[in-house]
Amino acid sequence: MMIDRRLIQYFDWGLLSLLASISAIGLVALFSAVNAGDSPMEKVLFTKQLIWYGCGLVLMVISFLFSYKLYERHAYLIFIFCMALLVFVMLFGKYVGGSKRWLALGPISLQPSEFAKLAVIIILSKYFAKMSSINGLPLKDLVTPVILTFIPFTLIVRQPDLGTAMVVALIAASITVFVKIERRTFISLLSGCTLAIPVVWYFLKGYQKQRILTFLDPERDPLGAGYHIIQSKIAIGSGMLTGKGFLQGTQNVLAFLPEQHTDFIFSVLAEEWGMLGAMSLILLFIFMVAWGLNIAYGCRDPFGTILAMGITAMIAWQVFINIGMVMGLMPVVGVTLPFVSYGGSSIITMMVGVGILLNISMRRFLFES
Amino acid sequence: MTNYLETVDSEWFKQRLTGAMVVICVAFAVLIVRLIYLQIIEGTEYRRLSEINSIRLQSVDAPRGLIFDRNGELLVDNRPSFDLSIIPKDAKPVQETLARLAHHLELPVEDLEAVLEQKKGRAAYKPVQLRSDIGRDALAAVEGHNYELPGIEVNVTPRRHYIHEQSAAHLLGYLGEINAEELKKVKNEDLKGGDFIGKFGVEKSFEAYLRGKRGGRQVEVNATGQVVKVLNTVDAKAGRNLFLTIDYHLQRTAEELLAGKAGAVVAVDPRTGEVLAMASSPAFDQNLFITGLSREVWNKLINNPHRPMENKAVQATYPPASTYKIITAMAGLEEGIIDESTTFDCPGYLAFGNRVFRCWRHIGHGSINVVRALSESCDVFFYHVGLELGPDRLAWYARAAGLGAPTGIELPNEEGGLIPTAEWKYRRFGVPWQRGESLSVAIGQGYNLVTPLQMAMVVAAVGNGGIRIKPTIVKAIRDVDGMQVYRHKPEKIGQLPVSAATLALVRQGLWQVVNRRKGTAYRERIEGIEMCGKTGTAQVVGRKSTEDMSEEEIAEQFRPHAWFVGYAPAEDPKIAVAVMVEHGEHGSSTAAPIARDVITAYLGEAVSLKPPMSAAADKNPNPSVTGLSVKQSQTLQPPPDTHRKAVDR
Repeated sequence: MMIDRRLIQYFDWGLLSLLASISAIGLVALFSAVNAGDSPMEKVLFTKQLIWYGCGLVLMVISFLFSYKLYERHAYLIFIFCMALLVFVMLFGKYVGGSKRWLALGPISLQPSEFAKLAVIIILSKYFAKMSSINGLPLKDLVTPVILTFIPFTLIVRQPDLGTAMVVALIAASITVFVKIERRTFISLLSGCTLAIPVVWYFLKGYQKQRILTFLDPERDPLGAGYHIIQSKIAIGSGMLTGKGFLQGTQNVLAFLPEQHTDFIFSVLAEEWGMLGAMSLILLFIFMVAWGLNIAYGCRDPFGTILAMGITAMIAWQVFINIGMVMGLMPVVGVTLPFVSYGGSSIITMMVGVGILLNISMRRFLFES
Repeated sequence: MTNYLETVDSEWFKQRLTGAMVVICVAFAVLIVRLIYLQIIEGTEYRRLSEINSIRLQSVDAPRGLIFDRNGELLVDNRPSFDLSIIPKDAKPVQETLARLAHHLELPVEDLEAVLEQKKGRAAYKPVQLRSDIGRDALAAVEGHNYELPGIEVNVTPRRHYIHEQSAAHLLGYLGEINAEELKKVKNEDLKGGDFIGKFGVEKSFEAYLRGKRGGRQVEVNATGQVVKVLNTVDAKAGRNLFLTIDYHLQRTAEELLAGKAGAVVAVDPRTGEVLAMASSPAFDQNLFITGLSREVWNKLINNPHRPMENKAVQATYPPASTYKIITAMAGLEEGIIDESTTFDCPGYLAFGNRVFRCWRHIGHGSINVVRALSESCDVFFYHVGLELGPDRLAWYARAAGLGAPTGIELPNEEGGLIPTAEWKYRRFGVPWQRGESLSVAIGQGYNLVTPLQMAMVVAAVGNGGIRIKPTIVKAIRDVDGMQVYRHKPEKIGQLPVSAATLALVRQGLWQVVNRRKGTAYRERIEGIEMCGKTGTAQVVGRKSTEDMSEEEIAEQFRPHAWFVGYAPAEDPKIAVAVMVEHGEHGSSTAAPIARDVITAYLGEAVSLKPPMSAAADKNPNPSVTGLSVKQSQTLQPPPDTHRKAVDR
């Protein structure tokens, strides 16, 4: 196999080092989170995460070994495969804590809803690469993307996994808005949705309304989500400027936080490393997002541009929602913090995403005029 | 699909990307601002709060619904239980605190230390329960010295209390700690380990109504763990109250009558299906399950050969014996095999095949018709009828009368009994039905098995003119404010498949059993009330093997079971009863007197005092005047605010 020298020349080491830095911080935070309690079961999660990083690395490398145009060619195949996985989960999934999200394969559990995000990005990128216009997309051209998004969205909502479904919808919306919707279509869609809300609200049952209100305002549930958010804010705030120190946050408020190693891991970081640590992580994420957009900027192929933008959107949304939630700015949904939260499927998805970005970046010479 | 590539070029994309970058920067700026707010502006305050874990959750248990009898007399309530816990983090220095606590409780400090040692791995802010259900003295000691007992807290939890020990034990049931299996069920998702749920009786079948919903509070505590402020409360919701159909005084009477015996008494109202009393003996003390059973006590209960944990009214099946003749008579008359004047000769036995089937009366009954055959319980008469009917036709009538299947009463583990058919026998044993077996089955022996409740419902249907009503033990359910959630309405589930004429003959027979000189229960007739019924003596072993032994010689476990089923008064009966006494020897001598006493207790006083039949009296019975016969209360609602009624009996 001949490796084109230019591939190595154009390889984006900067993005890779960003990835490494964020992952390193993530591992530090995770180590602290799993050592909070005394249960040995938790401590093994750290080792598992290392293994997931390893797998992610391998898959990441594989994902940029061939031209990213292959993704475009096989977009439908990838999409159908991921949808099949979601259906599989619906039928044969492991039922854990009230929802069916995982597929058990021996000692490993996979969460297909994570992979579905990439599938949606790829297929929408393929579609929009052909359909975009300067004036924006008219309504009729929106039908297909809506259907393509709707399928995984519904399957994921049924699990039930509201958070991930929301992210899928937001990513799809971001990509769509990015390639521009025709102005009047955009306005009519927006007004249509706004008008639809009171109608839908009228038809909701009492307990469903309660759920939504509590979702929007966790304080309404002082014994559940409201309590978690308060504890999270205390954890973050108590970090002050320099934090309490490595492993020092664990005895106190951390023990109150549920899901320390997944949803609330940022709070762990903020408590122990203070604003210095938390701000550093946020800035690193901003850099990564900017980097991704830059890759899109430098790409001359519409598919590549949209694809890069889509993946960047995925990272950006998850960072924004997760950190916003733990700081009490957003409703409580289970959305992982990329590269930091514990979760095999999430790590793999994000690393493959970065791999695709690397892929697009290192092949930009293919399209230079 | 037109290709707009010429117009949508990379320059256009670059514009869009710049826009996207701006949006993202604004969004992240919001995050940074919030971060600064939390960590710098409010940082000190959050640091303070985090240092003493000052915001905590406390859960508030919901009181379980109460259970009353039909007149509002309280049978089961909740009493406070004081549970002592320690929060190690707040109780420093733990050793000293424990020592002081032990001193106040007058307990050896090692006991308390042992409990704490067991729970060593837990987070230090989580409470560890040291002792549960401490008495009021211990409570006073702890509360009085709480200034020197940091980190020690007393929680009040409601505990189930069965007011009348051992009474209606099987009906009410008991609670037990929820196990892993049950925790997995969706309906139990608000519960956690250590919670109690109904495991038996009404406590189990009405768990969903009785259980309340746990509440909680968000509280701020100080450095020693004491609550200084309640931030938020979610109120606990009390469970709903159950009003059973039983009349407690009748229930008590039935239980006293069964004292020292094993068996069951079921009394129902044949007009509504309401169970007025359901006693099963021996019983057990439900409160033991709440305070905790020792292994010894549990083993004793399980290994007791008289099976105290079993509700014999619905869980135990017995051969119906001569009480089954009611079915055989109905079947024979309705199928036209016999009529009012058909007679058979009973010389004390019937030879069939190569066997001799005996009548209980060795000298026989002479020439006898169906009414007399019922009243004197002639076996030979029914051998003839059974032979002609065959097992399948007989089984059809039995099933149509409600036998062979559970009644559907709201109690767990109800048995359906067994009514054999030729096909059943072949399936079960692989051999075809022998005609001789039709003889045994016709008099209620052989493969037949019924529960006392089923027999009570059969005789209730005979008494009320042939209407089969669904039995029930719940009269009403109300929530804690007195709002009615459910009220029982009599549910007709069928009709006895016999003509009025047939039924009249059967009823005549049942009347004669008690009120005519030669009737098998004549000795138990009641002055002023016309009780009707049928006796039964169910053989436990073949009659032949014990035939020549005297009654004293027959060991108890081989003695036959005693049955009596009946209703009163003869016209428009208000109560139907089934009595089964295990190894009671003869239905007439053991079971019938119990039935008589139960009926007398229920109807007797009203009859002797002759209450005025005016509507006014119906609306306002004074319990002390009509004693326990508040049958008018069927139209009355139990008073909504009743918590206790004085019991002077």
